[in-house]
Amino acid sequence: MAGAAPQAMAITRALTRVLSQDRGRLMAVLVARLGSFQLAEDALQEAGLSALVHWSRSGLPASPQAWLLKVAGRKALDQLRSEGRSARREEALARLIAFETEDSGEEIPDERLRLIFTACHPALDEKSRVALTLRTVCGMTTEEIARAFLDAPTTMGQRLSRAKARIATTGIPYAVPEPDQWDERLRAVLTTIYLIFTTGYTSGATEPRDLCSEAIFLARLVASLRPGQPEIEGALALMLITDARRGARIGPDGATVPPAEQDRSLWDRETLAEGRALLETALSRRRAGPFQVKAAISACQMADPAPDWPQIVQLYTALLTMEPTTVVRLNHAVALSETGQIAAATAILAALRGELDGFQPFHAAEAAVALLTGDRAGARAAYAAAIALTANPADRLLLSKRLEALGPEGR
Amino acid sequence: MQYMLLLYGAPDAEPLYGTPEFQEMMKGFQDFNDRVTADGVLRGGEALEGTDKAVSLKLRGGKVETMDGPYAETREHLGGYYVLDLPDIDSALRYAAMLPVASWGTIEVRPLMNYNPANL
Repeated sequence: MAGAAPQAMAITRALTRVLSQDRGRLMAVLVARLGSFQLAEDALQEAGLSALVHWSRSGLPASPQAWLLKVAGRKALDQLRSEGRSARREEALARLIAFETEDSGEEIPDERLRLIFTACHPALDEKSRVALTLRTVCGMTTEEIARAFLDAPTTMGQRLSRAKARIATTGIPYAVPEPDQWDERLRAVLTTIYLIFTTGYTSGATEPRDLCSEAIFLARLVASLRPGQPEIEGALALMLITDARRGARIGPDGATVPPAEQDRSLWDRETLAEGRALLETALSRRRAGPFQVKAAISACQMADPAPDWPQIVQLYTALLTMEPTTVVRLNHAVALSETGQIAAATAILAALRGELDGFQPFHAAEAAVALLTGDRAGARAAYAAAIALTANPADRLLLSKRLEALGPEGR
Repeated sequence: MQYMLLLYGAPDAEPLYGTPEFQEMMKGFQDFNDRVTADGVLRGGEALEGTDKAVSLKLRGGKVETMDGPYAETREHLGGYYVLDLPDIDSALRYAAMLPVASWGTIEVRPLMNYNPANL
């Protein structure tokens, strides 16, 4: 009996590990077989509870994943039988019976591409796509997701249930899109993954589940499930290259350090090399896209021994034809000013003022350009405007240091 | 599932009667009608008269209040609809993109609510 408690703990740990590591895979198969996100989630949870009982009694099964799938299928069957007659019930029962009679091998098909495309469907709002992807594909808990997005767990729980209900009522298919919709749908998937990455990047790695790693995991997963796609490779390269300088982005004083001024010895050379190699592969396919261009810009910022600004200008010019947004125009202006084309930069900034007046990076850029023209008073005013718009303490500290470096007023 | 495609367009953005663009729009609708009929997905659809023919009604405190149009020419109005029976939202969006109005107006795609509890 002395061994009972440690064994129970070992079983719980093993189950927790399977449910967190393989949750995406299990959910992907279950949604395919049950036709419903909610039913799949409930069934998997029931199967987990059942696993605790059975595995404690007779030890770990040969394939815990296959065991969980089989039991989750039966739990769903129970659930459906207890419901009244309905179209959903008939449809799901027919699917389940087909699945029960399928070969009961231990091989679990990888349906995660369908899961990702469904969770990132453009008919869902952006935040719901992020939450649903982290919950179903990455296996993060509702509490973990809520914490990462500074939401109350109940709010996040409601968001997730609404998203799952919306999939059913809107008729979002559980499918990898057809070729005619592929590009647009892939963009939605990659944008969602990149949003997860940037949320993690700007919030810092204080959370138990690091969103940057989850995003890189997702991009790697999509790249492995659909190889040879340059935009997928470009998005993964962008995240790897950016992630390589994560250790250098905040200085010892807690202020943000722009890539050009970072301590290069803190860059993760291995990740950077992987990102660059992947970008090369993507570019060699000769089908340019915004993620590849952004990855190339990120790589040029980290060129040896200093950023390659002329190349960055060219890349932003290319990006403008694909994404003519105000933020890209702003970055284009900043790059121009770095190559000495100050008049051109000033003209672009002047044109953007109306639209970007409430956007902190606009004022920071304006300050930097004003300094280049020797307009210290203008720079001072622009830094003050930027500081007033900054909620992020590290950015605020950087801007304050820049403002202080200008010296007292009237000089 | 059934989806309603609601066609919104601002009257002043639409092609004028008698122009080649108008001919093209009409051909676009004809092609769409042929396509949805041939695909066997069409369940209904009509074009609406302009909002200058519309009457709005409210019941307030038991009293009927009515008011007539038109609204501003520059605002998008509901100009017509289709109801299509399709497997999923992706196919609904694919058909919506074929409608001529998509080029200058907005197509709102709405799943019809299913009141039959047996189908929920």
